[in-house]
Amino acid sequence: MTPVHAIIAKELRAYFVSPVVYVVGAVFLLIFGVLSYLAVVNAGTQAIRLMQIQGAAAQLNLNDLVFRPTFYSLAIVLLLVLPILTMRLFAEERKLHTFELLMTSPIGVNEIVVGKFLGAYVIYLGLLALTGLVPFVLSVYSSFDWNPVFTGYLGLALLGALFLATGVLASALTENQIVAAFLSFGVLIVVWLLGALGSILGDTPLGNTLSYLSFIEHYDRLVRGLVDTKDLVYYLCGLVLMLFLAHRVVESQRWK
Amino acid sequence: MIEVQNVTKRFGIFTAIERVTFTVDKGEVLAFLGPNGAGKTTTMRILTCFIPATEGIARVAGFDCFQQPMEVKRRIGYLPETLPLYQELTVTEYLTFVGRIKGLSAPELRTSLDRVVERLALGDVRDRLIANLSRGYQQRVGLAQALLHDPPVLILDEPTVGLDPKQIIEIRELIKSLAGSHTVILSTHILPEATASCQRVVIINNGRIVAVDSPERLSARLRQSEKISVTVKAPPSDLADRFRALPGVMTVFESSEPGSFLLECKLGRDLRDDVARFVVGNGWGLLELKTVSMTLEDVFLRLTQHEEGVEDAGGAPGAGQDVQTTEHPRA
Repeated sequence: MTPVHAIIAKELRAYFVSPVVYVVGAVFLLIFGVLSYLAVVNAGTQAIRLMQIQGAAAQLNLNDLVFRPTFYSLAIVLLLVLPILTMRLFAEERKLHTFELLMTSPIGVNEIVVGKFLGAYVIYLGLLALTGLVPFVLSVYSSFDWNPVFTGYLGLALLGALFLATGVLASALTENQIVAAFLSFGVLIVVWLLGALGSILGDTPLGNTLSYLSFIEHYDRLVRGLVDTKDLVYYLCGLVLMLFLAHRVVESQRWK
Repeated sequence: MIEVQNVTKRFGIFTAIERVTFTVDKGEVLAFLGPNGAGKTTTMRILTCFIPATEGIARVAGFDCFQQPMEVKRRIGYLPETLPLYQELTVTEYLTFVGRIKGLSAPELRTSLDRVVERLALGDVRDRLIANLSRGYQQRVGLAQALLHDPPVLILDEPTVGLDPKQIIEIRELIKSLAGSHTVILSTHILPEATASCQRVVIINNGRIVAVDSPERLSARLRQSEKISVTVKAPPSDLADRFRALPGVMTVFESSEPGSFLLECKLGRDLRDDVARFVVGNGWGLLELKTVSMTLEDVFLRLTQHEEGVEDAGGAPGAGQDVQTTEHPRA
């Protein structure tokens, strides 16, 4: 078992003995359930309306009516939920002075950072897997195109990784968990709004740059079923950048 | 085994330690003694590669703490001042985690775990949550963590804090048993601790080393004279002068308590025999006779209260003695 595995195992253990994962998981799954229920009900009423107009059973596009709105709303939920998952990662270690144990053990800072990130990511992927129940149940009662659902999940996995990495960085910056959570909310919302600003500015160089910097445009394409290398590259670069910055922050604490 | 040369650490404008130099040989137990805020923890943190030194060189087992931190970390077991415990884990889980990040393989980990659990008598609490353990047990888990990978060098920051007297003795025995096979640095501001388990003492104050020596030699170095306390039942009024007339006696302090005297004699001469014969021979009635040696406590107080340190120890005789002297004893 390598040190990274040891850190992941320890983080998972810490998540499951504290109420955090249960509360975060329950809230996340409940919101996902409510969102998809509302989307399905909405699709149902539209179907009835279409039937009244056309007089025959209409073939509804569940991808457009259920999955896309659910995935979009879920991005906002992730923004609120994931910082809670990551806020303790470094802040708690420093508060409890276990940071000193980690830093005086023969493991590298990169192993600590990656281990902690992966610990949180495993939890997130587990939650994401549980949401798979909704498309599964829907597929029993109706038919829809699975591919955009898969790319949507790919988008969620990438978006979540970026959010979690941002949270790891925020947690490394402070020993107060609340501050860490708030910091990652702040950063993520600002980056999100950059995209909104970009779309207001439209097709100008500045507008395009801002839109590209924001994660939401890239997510949007994946949810619509488009897998473009430049979006994957964007998420990977963002992830690596955040983890690299977290590494620098943790490393720099020795010099203070 | 441990080499510290002219190490200085500054935090902004605050200098935590300045030009600290000392070495520790293999198998030696060294105590770091100093009041709170003297720079003990800073020095230890530099040695464990937790923080880098501003200036100077620190080496552990021949590896530079700054250049080759991984090699140093592999060879060090460190018990920080604040215990680095994960409250939500059980003792076994915690030690397993520590073993893994220290790079032990699974079979090594199993044997090491059993060894430290037995050595620190943690068998009864193996499967309990650390949060629910008493302070004494938590301290022992902290020590177990430092000993787990059987490192050749142990750095223990105040290892006996929070323990009851019996546990303190056990930990001291443990440290003594480590001497020879392990190199140990421990810090403390409790003096008997240094005398009990260490071969050498480094006294540090305001970030500077003021003395390095064995506990016995340190107190001998600072002692300028032998001191004898005498209590006589029926002293004649001029007894102080009569004592002064005895060969070898340098000064006599008269205590506020009637019949009590403190004789200061030349270094290396034990006058107790002569004094006893003198008092008993004259029929004054000898109630008490004992040498007053300078404890490490006196040395410590003297060194840390006088900036100049050892060289300054000539002044104020009788500091920290248990015999009260009158205001002008030489009268």
